Amino acid sequence: MKEILSNKPKKVILLGNEAIVRGALEAGVNFVSTFPGTPASEIGDTFAALKIKNQISKIKNNFYFEYSTNEKVALEAAAGAAFSGLKSLVAMKHFGLNVASDALLPVVYTGVEGAMVVVVADDPGCWSSAQTEQDTRYYAEMAHLPMLEPSNPQECKDFTKLAFEISEKFKIPVMVRTTIRVAHQSAPVLIGKIANRKSPILKITRGRFSTMPPRVLEMKKELLEKLEKIRKFSDGSKLNQIIHYPLSNIQYPKFGVIASGISYLYVMEAVKELGLKLPVLKLGFTYPLPEKTIRDFIKNFKKVLVVEELEPFLEVQVRAAAKDVNPKLEIFGSPPKFSNEKFRRAGSLPKIGELKPEYVLEAISEISKRKSQFNFKTHQQNFQKLNLIERFPNLCPGCPYWVVFSVLKEAAPKNTIFGGDIGCYMLAGCPPHNIQDWLISMGSSIGVAHGISKIQYPKSNIQNPKVITIIGDSTFFHAGIPALINTVFNKSNPLIIILDNSTTGMTGHQPHPGVGKTGQGEETRPIKIEDIVSACGVKNLKIVDSMRREDLIKTIKEFLEKKEVSVIIARSPCIFIKS
Amino acid sequence: MTKILNSRQKDFNIVIVGTGGQGLITLLKILAEAAMLRGFSFKTSELHGLSQRGGSVECHLRFGKEIHSPLVMAGKADLLFALEQNEALRACYYGSKEKTTFLVNKFSVFSAGSSGEVLSVDKISKALKKFSKKLILLDAADSVKKETGAVISAGIYMLGYAVFNNLIPLSSDLVLEAIVKTVPEKYSELNKKVFKLPLKVQ
Ligand SMILES: Cc1ncc(C[n+]2csc(CCOP(=O)(O)OP(=O)(O)O)c2C)c(N)n1
Repeated sequence: MKEILSNKPKKVILLGNEAIVRGALEAGVNFVSTFPGTPASEIGDTFAALKIKNQISKIKNNFYFEYSTNEKVALEAAAGAAFSGLKSLVAMKHFGLNVASDALLPVVYTGVEGAMVVVVADDPGCWSSAQTEQDTRYYAEMAHLPMLEPSNPQECKDFTKLAFEISEKFKIPVMVRTTIRVAHQSAPVLIGKIANRKSPILKITRGRFSTMPPRVLEMKKELLEKLEKIRKFSDGSKLNQIIHYPLSNIQYPKFGVIASGISYLYVMEAVKELGLKLPVLKLGFTYPLPEKTIRDFIKNFKKVLVVEELEPFLEVQVRAAAKDVNPKLEIFGSPPKFSNEKFRRAGSLPKIGELKPEYVLEAISEISKRKSQFNFKTHQQNFQKLNLIERFPNLCPGCPYWVVFSVLKEAAPKNTIFGGDIGCYMLAGCPPHNIQDWLISMGSSIGVAHGISKIQYPKSNIQNPKVITIIGDSTFFHAGIPALINTVFNKSNPLIIILDNSTTGMTGHQPHPGVGKTGQGEETRPIKIEDIVSACGVKNLKIVDSMRREDLIKTIKEFLEKKEVSVIIARSPCIFIKS
Repeated sequence: MTKILNSRQKDFNIVIVGTGGQGLITLLKILAEAAMLRGFSFKTSELHGLSQRGGSVECHLRFGKEIHSPLVMAGKADLLFALEQNEALRACYYGSKEKTTFLVNKFSVFSAGSSGEVLSVDKISKALKKFSKKLILLDAADSVKKETGAVISAGIYMLGYAVFNNLIPLSSDLVLEAIVKTVPEKYSELNKKVFKLPLKVQ
């Protein structure tokens, strides 16, 4: 923690996420907002720790930090700061950008006065994500949002700093997109100087940031013009570079590789392992894509392999470019059609799950016909024969959810349908509990429960099932409230259990609006969940101590008979919360 | 030992496995710090985020002259620390007869959320032999408790074992310095003591 604030140029060990924080400090960030989500959580947590431990006050470069109520609000807050001439950073995991996207797209149109950097972390392989294996790069294209993709901690720092510069220069938000193996990779990082902080300037002139026809279409035109300038910048940028070897050293002059982010590191490792020397185009600035650089690179090859995780985002662009400059080029990457086998076509990469260095090695080996000394296929087959135990994560010993889950099993009738939501309590879906019939996204327990509760089965057919959903306190504030209002507004009767453990447990115990503390450790008025629930018009409401079995059972049984929506707030702090 | 690495100019690949709460990240941080002190290029990969207990955890550290990937390739681990014996099996993915030394703590976690057949140490050893050049089983927790009366993570003991038996091209002085830099001051002395224990036990 101390090292991240060092102001002497030297090498320190940083995690990708910490390096992003350092990059922002070197850029002179004024305003930081976030909503926690792994693999991005350590960005907010590091900023928070710097504020709370008050270490940052020792240097000139102080900044404001907040955990916002959700990602949309976080992004809006960052936009407000950037409208005011400041440098802001907003960080989130990939799903967060789905929530924030409604605000993001127009902010790219309006542009900013200061600078605004949006950091988003993807999670190929779903190591810390329940919901989907999302590829956020498509947001860059949809929103016309410039995007940088670092591959290691050094680049996390440098690219973040550069993102601020690009944002300030072109007055447009810029995205820094990482993946879990970049965010959670550590390595020595050469740090620079922490910049002085900028002062706000009032440049919010009347109407300047208002989208509305006809102005919105003019804004779109201005945006597209900006993007062409940025594309030139991208084409000339050091972030997009060709790793050459002296021509005499190249054994396969007709084969080149294109990669970005973590994939680039796997490519370099694979060529090292195979003892090959191949031209590699490393893309760090991936939207707008450096079209000229790509065309020049692929012009003279017979074969090109595009190495990227998740969707064929770059590959599609390379194919389009090849049609013009090299129609006979054979392009490898994602398998043309989905098949269950990872390597149906020689030289292709898996479509599901994260990339691994050995997958990249195999693809390069197949295309170049350079055999690896180690037989990965046999090794993998032998490995699959092993008898491995399957492990599911557990609730911590003493966690109040143990009681709630066992009570639910006991008190609910057999044909109850159980809704799940995002938090530690999604372990309700794992053994030994097994009470979860859907899990969609934050707040969806209530939204979907409403839909299911509205269904009337023909009487003769089946008995209407009871619907019970559980949702955490942070998730309730984040996206549960509009859904709860909908149950009242449109008259359905699920039983909603709000698990109030006074923290955002799963992502590392960050405060939320019910806690009474802000992200930088100041006191604030705690917002009571019961006040919100009552204000939404819910008549059946009880607060029960999560540890009191009998009270819980009695209330659940009573509420299951109600014709209107009912809410139990099951309250007991997470075992990590000091009271 | 470091000379061997220099003369071969080979990367050194370490995988650490265990279950949540066993102190894997601390072990990884110490090793990374030692690699830094030695002036190696290095990368680590760690997974964070689940605060719940009992899941499988896997960390990687690679060091050498020029390291790109933070992940060790299948079959390419030089040294495998397994803080839990069932996880050693899962780590076979990184092991091979050509190069891998398995250092396995005889300790089993099988919690409410696990399923499948629990194998005996003998059966596990038999399977591990197909994926390793050398297999070493340790009773880390027992040794630590006997000698210090403390119940602390087996990782530091295993690290000491690896260093003093030249299984890792980093000197004991460097690793001790890294321990002091990494663990909180109040645990420093105890950790140093545990690190040196394997010298005594042998
Ligand atoms: C849109 C979105 N943002 C962030 C996350 C990451 N996330 C996973 S669990 C969780 C915390 C849930 O906290 P809470 O509902 O209080 O439950 P607890 O873990 O404390 O039981 C968050 C923020 C996500 N899955 N989706």
